[in-house]
Amino acid sequence: MLRRRVAPQLPSLLARLNPDPWTEPFWRATREHRLVAPRCTACGAFRMPPTPFCWQCRTQAVDWVELSGRGTVFTFNVTRQALVPFLRGAVPYVVAVIELEGAPGVRLISNVIDVDPALVKIGMPVRVAWDDIDDNVTIPRFVPADGANA
Amino acid sequence: MSIKNSAAVVGVGSTPYYRRGESWPQTTMELACKAILAAVEDAGLRVDDIDGFALYSMPLDVSLLAQTLGIPEVRFSSTLTGGGGGAAGSVGLAAAAIHGGMAECVVSFLTLQQAKRRFGAAFALKQSDSDKGGGAYAPPHMPEMDFAAPSGLVGPGQMFGLLAQRHMHLYGTKREHFAEVAISTRANAIRRPSSLMREPLTLDEYMTARMIADPLCLYDFCLETDGAVAVITTSAERAKDLRQRPVHVLGSAHGGAGRWGQAIMWMNMPEEYFASSGHRPVAKRLYEMAGVGPSDIDVALLYDHFTPMVLMQLEDYGFCEIGESGRFVAEGNIRWPNGSLPVNTHGGNLSEAYIIGMTHIREAVEQLRGTAINQVQGAELALVTGGPASIPVSGLILRR
Repeated sequence: MLRRRVAPQLPSLLARLNPDPWTEPFWRATREHRLVAPRCTACGAFRMPPTPFCWQCRTQAVDWVELSGRGTVFTFNVTRQALVPFLRGAVPYVVAVIELEGAPGVRLISNVIDVDPALVKIGMPVRVAWDDIDDNVTIPRFVPADGANA
Repeated sequence: MSIKNSAAVVGVGSTPYYRRGESWPQTTMELACKAILAAVEDAGLRVDDIDGFALYSMPLDVSLLAQTLGIPEVRFSSTLTGGGGGAAGSVGLAAAAIHGGMAECVVSFLTLQQAKRRFGAAFALKQSDSDKGGGAYAPPHMPEMDFAAPSGLVGPGQMFGLLAQRHMHLYGTKREHFAEVAISTRANAIRRPSSLMREPLTLDEYMTARMIADPLCLYDFCLETDGAVAVITTSAERAKDLRQRPVHVLGSAHGGAGRWGQAIMWMNMPEEYFASSGHRPVAKRLYEMAGVGPSDIDVALLYDHFTPMVLMQLEDYGFCEIGESGRFVAEGNIRWPNGSLPVNTHGGNLSEAYIIGMTHIREAVEQLRGTAINQVQGAELALVTGGPASIPVSGLILRR
């Protein structure tokens, strides 16, 4: 597997993970470039970030469902001013909330990268791009799915 | 049984307001004590009368405060969970303590000094290489934060920008509508000596200002300031004999939907109320307790950390339909003195000072005493809200 940073402008300092037993399977999967989400074994509700109980039926057990990696932009901002000094080299960047295909009702906070920020729109189709921070941590980012402006 | 009419705000006190960091070398404790002593004096009480603290956003440790001021006996000490969402609700908490017989003279206050930490990056895990901690609300590295921080989402302005963008998409809300909140609030601030922003703001200046977290620009963000404000709540009975005309607690509520939850740090709220302030259930309960509705409110002090959140609160408190707040403000409704609902007559967090919502409570009291600088003539009912954020959010209705 080719490991590389696809969003090197976003500091690795932000991606120091502190998983717990419930979130760790998500991050283990991203390291293998697989996007997964936990689905309640009883009622089928997805929950993100992963939590120890289903918010709908309070069941604990989950199936980790592998997703297509496609999604749509639910909302976004274009961050143009660095709010902390170590983000000075990152601006402008697009923070986006992504609805994930195959996991209705849950969203992932991420970025849309490799795009002119002026072209990002709500409803825009995107697909995952894997940002390998180091040997242990991989963060899912998103790029336009149709290749426009990519 | 409720707290309705059981308690009254009888004293308000404040330090001057300072630009970020400029209150130094006063300490936050010193600022807090100055505001509390001013509120005691305003009420015609003595420090020895204080027996309770009803707080929010954990301004400082009550044990240290009580020993510093020599409070004879603390009988109630409680803080709403969460942050600025609880501002208005702290007075409701005070009323609950009084109504429940646990204390009689309860202080709510906030003291703030942003010399080292900036709330503009409140959720940053680490603000500089020498900073061992993080933003003021930075949690001790919770697993949930792994799902937000890597994207570079570190400041509340970015987070609320995500809600604002969705509101624009759903309802056609425009930057001009955000501008009306900023400009009308500035117009109110200009007349107040306590305000830090006293130059008029034009639409052209707004539209050409630098974008920080697009769609939000510089003037959509509140100030970062220092200072302290305190209010004293006591029983309606005792309030009759004090120095000021009592301002009665008609109702207060805090909380919100569980699935609003962490809201801006989570972004998985149900779509039905994603582009909202999170206040809808609180507003409903507040009006029910107070026995009044939106048309009865004479002046609204709506927590304005970011302009779009004022719009969403106008909707959630029923001053207009959901999605109609842009049109509502464009028609001049929130302007003082001639709008149908003057909003943030003190200049708000946006233009007077940001003391995490306490200035809104202070202004409500002044409006209902009839001593406000931008007085709404004949004001009888004032609505005060805490900051749209994670739950609990809160509301308060005061009456003359």
